[in-house]
Amino acid sequence: MNHWIILPIVLPALMAPFIVLAARYHIGIQRVFSVAGVVFLIALSTALAWEVSDGSVIYYRLSDWAAPFGIVVVGDRLSTMMVLLTSVLALFVLLYAIGSGWDNRGRHFHALFQFQLMGILGAFLTGDLFNLFVFFEVLLIASYGLMIHSGGNDRLKAGVQYVLYNLIGSTLFLFALGSIYAETGTLNMADLAQRVAAIGPEETVGIRVAAVLLVLVFAIKAALVPLHFWLPSSYAEAPAPVAALFAIMTKVGAYAIIRVYTMIFPPDLDVTSNLIDTWFLPAALISCAIGAIGVLAARKIDRLVAFSVVGSMGMVIIAIGLFTPAGIGAALYYIVHSTLAAAVLFLISDLVRTGRGNVEITAQIPMAGTFLTAGMFFTGAIAMAGLPPLSGFLGKLLVLQASVGNDLVVWIWAVVLASSLLSVVGFARAGSTVFWKSHGTASDVPAPEDAIRPSVLSYSAIGGLFALLVALTIFAGHVHAYTTAIATDLFAPEAYTSTVLDTPGKLSTPKEGY
Amino acid sequence: MELIVASAIGVLTAGGIYLVLRLRTFPVILGMSLLTYAVNVFLFASGRLTIGAPPILSDDVTVYTDPLPQALVLTAIVISFGMTAVVVMIGLGAFLGSDDDHVDEQSEPRARTDGAEQNS
Repeated sequence: MNHWIILPIVLPALMAPFIVLAARYHIGIQRVFSVAGVVFLIALSTALAWEVSDGSVIYYRLSDWAAPFGIVVVGDRLSTMMVLLTSVLALFVLLYAIGSGWDNRGRHFHALFQFQLMGILGAFLTGDLFNLFVFFEVLLIASYGLMIHSGGNDRLKAGVQYVLYNLIGSTLFLFALGSIYAETGTLNMADLAQRVAAIGPEETVGIRVAAVLLVLVFAIKAALVPLHFWLPSSYAEAPAPVAALFAIMTKVGAYAIIRVYTMIFPPDLDVTSNLIDTWFLPAALISCAIGAIGVLAARKIDRLVAFSVVGSMGMVIIAIGLFTPAGIGAALYYIVHSTLAAAVLFLISDLVRTGRGNVEITAQIPMAGTFLTAGMFFTGAIAMAGLPPLSGFLGKLLVLQASVGNDLVVWIWAVVLASSLLSVVGFARAGSTVFWKSHGTASDVPAPEDAIRPSVLSYSAIGGLFALLVALTIFAGHVHAYTTAIATDLFAPEAYTSTVLDTPGKLSTPKEGY
Repeated sequence: MELIVASAIGVLTAGGIYLVLRLRTFPVILGMSLLTYAVNVFLFASGRLTIGAPPILSDDVTVYTDPLPQALVLTAIVISFGMTAVVVMIGLGAFLGSDDDHVDEQSEPRARTDGAEQNS
């Protein structure tokens, strides 16, 4: 039993009420504690990732109740990698929020931010399906607050849609959990893996329904077409640092799909075979295409980035939908890349908003610091659209390489390449309109008075994310080797299940008759 | 017993889905509440229906009801209660801010005439 693994959940859970109660009126103290908490989280998650990097599985039993009865928190290579990604992203997003003053434009930004982290990290670490639901709700309810941070009519309207869509998703999740519990009598993931495998071929109706309901829930979270409608307007209307943090939220859905559909309902399981995998790839291909078309059609930079998130989730799900170790390995690499790239683009769109007062893709008067912002947008667009030399290109290459041998390989190559081309055109159009054409109309309109130059902290937060993207490109070999190892683990979940189920705790040998 | 519970869940879900598909915030929120009621009853039933049996293990009891769904329902009730409160507040804020309680995105002028027609 490893006590440290519960700390990524407990620390933000304690930090948030502390910030609300003790530092309510002192933005400086809030900032200090929020940043300190996230820095500590990074150290912690690095240590945890290091601990499991040899393929071992660490766990924590709450109140020491044995696994199928009590709740467990489990860390393997996949979950600790996602935890590390989340905390690193959180630090840069937080620095940007502080540097740009977003955290001071409404109340309780830092407390909600910590609660959001608690939900995300908990969802990655939990080993219990009902707890996954609870952590989904924690991250959602915090995200509702963050999404409408600093108010405004458009934001509130988008917030209503976002909240309602996700409430329906949560209700579906509960229906799925009820069906699973009725069929198997357990909600512990490791235990479920064994019990679902033991279900006879005549009794599959309930568990098949549950498997489909569950994939719908995760597809809502992962914004898979046709369940992506909540994403573009919520991400576009949310405050930029919040949208950047939300970049990890779609990946929570992808993580849940990977976890559940490799361990509990693996593709070779007879009970649910041909249920998920047949329509998973087509839906992902359409997502990829819709994302690219949206990028091409967007009239505002933030919507453009939001649609590129839809497209990148399509890429991730394509790679997951192959359901091979190579596919999942490529998907995990692309998850890391697209989280960082989407976050950096949302932050850059906020720089444009700061400079010009709006983010319309139209030719307007030049803004302060156009040169630097244009350069960053250019680099971010290269990463997102998947052009060499940045990691997006390598990620797409890995996905294409993994798809060789699949029945739909021609479709995958065609859609991925065509959508990449459309994205390139869309980003190029937006960038040239916003940053180049603007000089043509400079003379007669006076510069807006409230145009302020972004602070050094904002720039360095974006620079830090770029540094991570570059590092992801340079060390692509190492990262991909690691993600492939994770994928191999996932297709041999015995280490996970035996660690969770076979280690004794309280109640490990129930008395006869119970 | 099974028939009553099953049809109750069915009716609540059907009503909930109908209301969720409406265009205005208030019916949609009501529909969400109906759906959460339905799912709560459904979760209750997922531990099998037993009448008059204790949910606690003890040595002299042979028939008992499953306590876990009750704990799950309790969690689900608390969460859905909180969520409903949040969505009511956000919906109210959006309505007061824009004088328009449509859930979908519409341009301001059209939404206003829409509301005026329905009021008259």
